[in-house]
Amino acid sequence: MKRVITVTVLNQSGVLNRVTGLLMKRQFNIESITVGHTEQPNISKMTFVVQVADEVKLEQLVKQLSKQIDVLKVNDISEKSIVLRELALIKVVSPANLRNEMNAIVEPFRPQIIDTSKNVVTYQVVGHPDKIDAFIELIRPYGIKELTRTGVTASVRETQPIETPQLSILK
Amino acid sequence: MAANVSTSEKTTDANATAQTLAEVNNKPRNGADVLIQALHDQDVDIVFGYPGGAVLHLYDAMYKNPIRHILTRHEQGAIHAAEGYARVLNKPGVVIATSGPGATNLVTGIADAMIDSIPLVIFTGQVATDVIGSDAFQEADIMGITTPITKHNYQVQDVNDIPRIVKEAFHIANSGRKGPVLIDFPKNISATIFEEALAEAKKEEEIYLPGYQPNTKPNYLQIQKAIQAITEAKKPLVLAGAGVLFADARQELTEFVEKYKLPVINTLLGLGSIHGQHELFFGMAGMHGAAVANDAIQKSDLIINIGARFDDRLTGDTKLFAPNAKIVHIDIDPAEIGKNIPTDIPIVADAKEALKALLKKDFQGPDAAEWLDYLYAKQTDCPYWYNEDQNEILPQQIIEMVHSITSGDAVVTTDVGQHQMWAAQYYKLNHDHQWVTSGGLGTMGFGFPAAIGAQFAKPDKKVISFVGDAGFQMTLQELALLNEFKLPVKIVIINNGALGMVRQWQELFYDCRYSQSLMPIQPDFVKLAEAYGVKGYRINTLDEAQGILEEAINSDEPVVIDARVKQLENVYPMVPAGKSLDDIVGVKKF
Repeated sequence: MKRVITVTVLNQSGVLNRVTGLLMKRQFNIESITVGHTEQPNISKMTFVVQVADEVKLEQLVKQLSKQIDVLKVNDISEKSIVLRELALIKVVSPANLRNEMNAIVEPFRPQIIDTSKNVVTYQVVGHPDKIDAFIELIRPYGIKELTRTGVTASVRETQPIETPQLSILK
Repeated sequence: MAANVSTSEKTTDANATAQTLAEVNNKPRNGADVLIQALHDQDVDIVFGYPGGAVLHLYDAMYKNPIRHILTRHEQGAIHAAEGYARVLNKPGVVIATSGPGATNLVTGIADAMIDSIPLVIFTGQVATDVIGSDAFQEADIMGITTPITKHNYQVQDVNDIPRIVKEAFHIANSGRKGPVLIDFPKNISATIFEEALAEAKKEEEIYLPGYQPNTKPNYLQIQKAIQAITEAKKPLVLAGAGVLFADARQELTEFVEKYKLPVINTLLGLGSIHGQHELFFGMAGMHGAAVANDAIQKSDLIINIGARFDDRLTGDTKLFAPNAKIVHIDIDPAEIGKNIPTDIPIVADAKEALKALLKKDFQGPDAAEWLDYLYAKQTDCPYWYNEDQNEILPQQIIEMVHSITSGDAVVTTDVGQHQMWAAQYYKLNHDHQWVTSGGLGTMGFGFPAAIGAQFAKPDKKVISFVGDAGFQMTLQELALLNEFKLPVKIVIINNGALGMVRQWQELFYDCRYSQSLMPIQPDFVKLAEAYGVKGYRINTLDEAQGILEEAINSDEPVVIDARVKQLENVYPMVPAGKSLDDIVGVKKF
């Protein structure tokens, strides 16, 4: 199953290596990872999307991450109401005669055109990873020259619909 | 090899030799001076190490501000000695090595300490910060190498951080689930002048570890649940692991099991958490554990695991482990709970705190008289056994003799393999912190240097090191220390001319194809010992064994005893790897 895990860490050198190394050592497959500063100085937040086999593995993952000295907090936010966002930059072949057609069909995705040249246009699209997947499939027939994605970052919504059970040893 | 000194080294202090120590000591302190002082502040009384180019400042500081340093003959010897020291005193062992090869020679010992939760603080030299990453002479990325095998590691970036980092390192190593902490120390930082004024201002600064707050007190509700389960149990069983020893909770454990008449078994590393001949003690469980201990696990309806981690050598096939039992698991490390065996009642706590909480409540104990009777019958029916041999000495006999000569009071270190299992089976320990063995990593070459550390830790104790002929040859260069420091370690080589455990598996599972497991050509261990200035003995026959062992062990000198034992003896009972504990073989004589 796919899980979204956020890890709040002290911003020390080597901390990314610690966390990813731990995932490798315990045989977890990282699908995507994003890292950046938070509102507090010296504290960074990582957002992982990982594939885990079952609940037991998931619990291990959370516990092993929590054990790291530089890790302040680990949250599995997959079950919560969250905002997931990813950004993709997609460079597509776009000759003048097709450009209007292309812009029209991608319009519902509200991409931004951030660069153009004679025959190439670069779209920036932001949203849920599923939306980005759909966008890529839509534009693929026109010929993708280059594609780059940031990986997922996430934020828990302030208002949660119902109390979601926390992963807990007291469960 | 590790002692090479970089040719780019500037020998600025040519006049230093002319200065008196007092004059030297009046100079402003550099990073190395501060580090050595920080060790004194942590009450470190001994360090094991090996100098080299990147730690020259450190060794110079040590010369000026003396701290007891034991120069081993290889860095691996230093770290295993520190492990032995840490294990018997239950406080951090300290190791120093230089950069590059010095540091990488420590890796096996670090991994060993990590998996067996042994507290160590390790200092490695590093090349100067401005050349880190340039493949400089004797540079190795020891931070990268040791990240997965340390509890935590640091690279000092600012000389003024040294006091805080050292304080944190000792705290991390020796609290929670203990383990090794490494501090990588670039050479230029060790030479940088320390800002005393700034340090004075920061003096009150406590350690800053917001991400590290190990929980030691048990949850009240969980204790209640455990009590309920104990009351209801018909076949309760306490599995005591090394966590009991690290928490110094032997007294509480003994009190607890006596109060409620609970049978106790041990893991390999938990031996000594209860007296080896206690009436409620049913031996070690696991792959080569007592038949009664393994049977108790499989028949029990409540296992109270205190400070053991359900390692595969204990559990066998986890799916078939303790099929009828409810599991209570007390562990200081929350990640151990539920990792290998599903747990019904988890208690995250220090073993001592948890046992105290259990002892504070007076509750109805289980009605387990029938269960105990069953276990006593099983124990009498299936003791450890061997077939005496007309012509050859059996390794078990040697260990029994050593046990009786030392009355079970000696500190025992072992290497890894058959002799380790026999020592665990036949050397019944009287005390805690007297058993030093490499469990999780199974590090050959561990036993002898660990005995050196143990002897430094307990100068007045008899220290016996059971080693195999093969493992001993991995670290025997440390024999030099026995003579140099007059350490009366007694090395008992259980010499079967083979990698006994490998050979046993080849006999049982590979149709006796002894591929690379026999060692017919060996050094003359007696002469070898003598070459190092250590008295050597050889035991060839059973008749002479008792006499020689008595003389050798009762002497105040270091000795090497080469006991020639039967090559084809196997360790039994045995649970074949990956099988259920029910599939134990060799329970009865054959």
